[in-house]
Amino acid sequence: MSTESIVLTAVQDASRSWSAIVHGWITTVDHKRIGILYIVLALVFLVIGGMEATILRIQLIVPHNHFVSPQFFNQMFTMHGTTMIFFVAMPILFGFGNYLIPLMIGARDMAFPRVNAWSFWLTAFGGMLLYFSFIGGYGLYGAGAAPDVGWFAYAPLTAPAFSVGHSTDFWTLGLLVSGIGSIGAAVNFVATILCMRCPGMSLGRMPLLVWLNLVMGSMVLFVISPLTAAQIMLAVDRFLGGHFFDTQAGGSAVLWMHFFWIFGHPEVYVLVIPAFAFISEIVPVFSRKPIFGYPIMVAATVGIGFVSFGVWAHHMFTVGMNSYANSFFALTTMVVGVPTGIKIFNWIGTMWGGQLQFKTPLLFCIGFLFQFLIAGLTGIMLACTPFNWQLSGSYFVVAHFHYVIVGAILFALFGAFYYWFPKMSGRMYNETLGKLHFWLFVIGFHLTFDFMHIPGLLGMPRRIYTYEPGRGWELWNLICTIGVFFQGIAVLIFVANLVRSWFVGKLVGNDPWDAWTLEWSTSSPPPEYNFAEIPVVSSRRPLWDLKHPEDPDLDV
Amino acid sequence: MRQARNFHPLQAALPSTTGKRYVALAVLSLLVWPVLTFASESPAIPNIFRPASTPADEIHTISRFTLMITALIFAVVFSLLVYVVFRFRRTAATGDVEPPQVYGSNQIELAWTVIPVLIVLVLFLATARVIHSVQDAPRPTGALEVTAVGHQYWWEFRYPSLGIVTANELHIPVSDPASPSPTFLKLLSADTDHSFWVPLLAGKTDLIPNRANSMWMDPHQTGLYLGQCAQYCGTQHAKMLLRVYVDSPDKFKAWVASQKQPARTDAVAADGRKIFEQTACVNCHAVAGTVADGQFGPDLTHLMSRDTIASGAASNTHENLKLWIRDPDAVKPGSLMPAMNLNERDLNALVVYLESLR
Repeated sequence: MSTESIVLTAVQDASRSWSAIVHGWITTVDHKRIGILYIVLALVFLVIGGMEATILRIQLIVPHNHFVSPQFFNQMFTMHGTTMIFFVAMPILFGFGNYLIPLMIGARDMAFPRVNAWSFWLTAFGGMLLYFSFIGGYGLYGAGAAPDVGWFAYAPLTAPAFSVGHSTDFWTLGLLVSGIGSIGAAVNFVATILCMRCPGMSLGRMPLLVWLNLVMGSMVLFVISPLTAAQIMLAVDRFLGGHFFDTQAGGSAVLWMHFFWIFGHPEVYVLVIPAFAFISEIVPVFSRKPIFGYPIMVAATVGIGFVSFGVWAHHMFTVGMNSYANSFFALTTMVVGVPTGIKIFNWIGTMWGGQLQFKTPLLFCIGFLFQFLIAGLTGIMLACTPFNWQLSGSYFVVAHFHYVIVGAILFALFGAFYYWFPKMSGRMYNETLGKLHFWLFVIGFHLTFDFMHIPGLLGMPRRIYTYEPGRGWELWNLICTIGVFFQGIAVLIFVANLVRSWFVGKLVGNDPWDAWTLEWSTSSPPPEYNFAEIPVVSSRRPLWDLKHPEDPDLDV
Repeated sequence: MRQARNFHPLQAALPSTTGKRYVALAVLSLLVWPVLTFASESPAIPNIFRPASTPADEIHTISRFTLMITALIFAVVFSLLVYVVFRFRRTAATGDVEPPQVYGSNQIELAWTVIPVLIVLVLFLATARVIHSVQDAPRPTGALEVTAVGHQYWWEFRYPSLGIVTANELHIPVSDPASPSPTFLKLLSADTDHSFWVPLLAGKTDLIPNRANSMWMDPHQTGLYLGQCAQYCGTQHAKMLLRVYVDSPDKFKAWVASQKQPARTDAVAADGRKIFEQTACVNCHAVAGTVADGQFGPDLTHLMSRDTIASGAASNTHENLKLWIRDPDAVKPGSLMPAMNLNERDLNALVVYLESLR
């Protein structure tokens, strides 16, 4: 394959001045650099969001704790949720997609490189706008406010009567701006995947990661729109005296819930589908087998994509919908379990009969499989409407969605970091530190989020800054908080490992994992133009074909 | 290598015998503790698996069914995963030869599509039955009607048929399964969203402004049932606690009779009453039969019949009453009650008056 390189005399990074390098990164339209910018932005926000979570957990370590004030606690959980969803999970997944999609489909860049840069900077500025609320929340003269309405910002808490000052406005505008960035990125993903594939790469020959990102990109177009609409309506309420959600003037609180959750639930799948994508690339390579049941994996993903738009009101089982609506949304939600189950079985099928190599990326994938299984099963419990009447709004729900977002999505992301780090940096990470990161994080994760289910079953609601002693909640909260420190140390080891390896890691060649997709055919890190010569493929695993001409990949 | 394969994989994973014992001990205690917590009969623990009323009981039944099904799925998939992880490791014996490349199997994939569909069908039907039976339960003529109004950080309870208004502590009669006397709540909100959640009695239902929701319960046993607001409603969401007193029929009748009385007027409290009626207290609080008819705060007509103040945040004692009036933020920072800035003499007199409101 195209291993030769093109000599471009103008792009010699080493000889350029510091300011030129910064200028280069800021003005870049290269999909790989934008991908890395997204990832770095997300990592910065991950550390901030993690610190916010630590503050929450320290406050809850004992009943009637006075570590922070209720106002500050409420700001912290609002900022933690908003940050993690909109400025960590979304950008980090867009970052990987940006970096990998053109490389995996044998293209030289995204379809719209300038839109790509524009989308990134909108996301970045959206995040800054949100955090500016710490300074400008009260309109500058009384600094120190941040939104305290919760990450789903139920009306009428966001109405001018209940949310004075500008903190909610920064929240609204931050999400509005970054939402437009997300739509730009999604348009780019879809256009790139549909139009930029190299010769021979039919839809049926795309790597699963590309397929899943196509589904994700298409979903984002429909997911972000209602959110943006709702944010505009809220801005109209707050600035122009509208009454969409202003209940004191006859507005509807439930309307906001519908708008938010028809964004909010598919959003979960927008986040988890790229995580599925990582698993679907990493598990085959470290099992030395192709993905089991490629067509049904694609079908299941598309199925999840469609069904996920019909489940939003399972977030609203307690708002007093009638029994028919409650039954309908229970059914649709349970139905999501079917394609999701198919996926888990197919990953097991992929490993079955393989030769598993327990490198760090695979360890994280296996962590993902175990934890996603549990997250899915607690999801089934929550889909059962009557059970939900007890569980919703309790710590059980908090444990459930952290199982999805941390136990599944973040684990898959860590796996992806270790798997593609050699490609991005040209160097290998430290395997021992990688494994240490994995085990510490597993311990911390399970200490925190396994035990978090229990206070929920014992009646502990979420979003309370303190709780009464003697309700059987103390021990569980203590254990949850202890787990946070394991996770914190693990993340520090992760960051240290990557930073150190970026500079002094062992140099690797093009293809350290003996993998099969196109990104491994070019140099590590890839040149700006990706491929000196646009590759031509004749199956789903072009590099397998190259390495095993006697047993070529099954062609469809 | 051949020898190593005979070892149980889990055995190899554990460091040493002593280490193993500690690990086993730790795992065991972590397993036993939840069992103890869940088995606890303490009324202070609002455990959803100890239902004391029909709706909570029906939820309990369907949740056990759901737990059983999910536990079964978990056992199957978990075992498969563990088996795969230990069985198919690359060892020196397998070497570098690539395993057979298997691309899929239509039969197997069909099986693991159809089986989940059947499970979903069964679970859905069971769920729909319980939804219907809890939500669409007929309202017997003898049912007690109570209107619950959520306020930022406290509960208002109105008994329209009895002419009673009270706050934070809901009294309802016990219901004999032979001749049920359930309580139906009409749920309203004066400001933001709230949620009524007393886990032992029923699932939660939200109180939403501009919308009337309803829920019901028929407690089978007398006693005090604890809960709290379960929908984030603002700064003091955490201390919007709920107490439901389930009384025997006689006790409930006596409670109703005492609540129907107008406010008492004690001569010793005349001073305090004057202060109460001449300060901003009356803008928010009502005392039946006096000029105080504020609507923003809890009705104080029978304040001393309640065990707690500040929506359960503090017990109703002389010291706490004084502290609450002097500095509400000391008890419940962010509550909407302002500090009254009274001098010590007036404060004492006011507390004497409040303590006369039996």
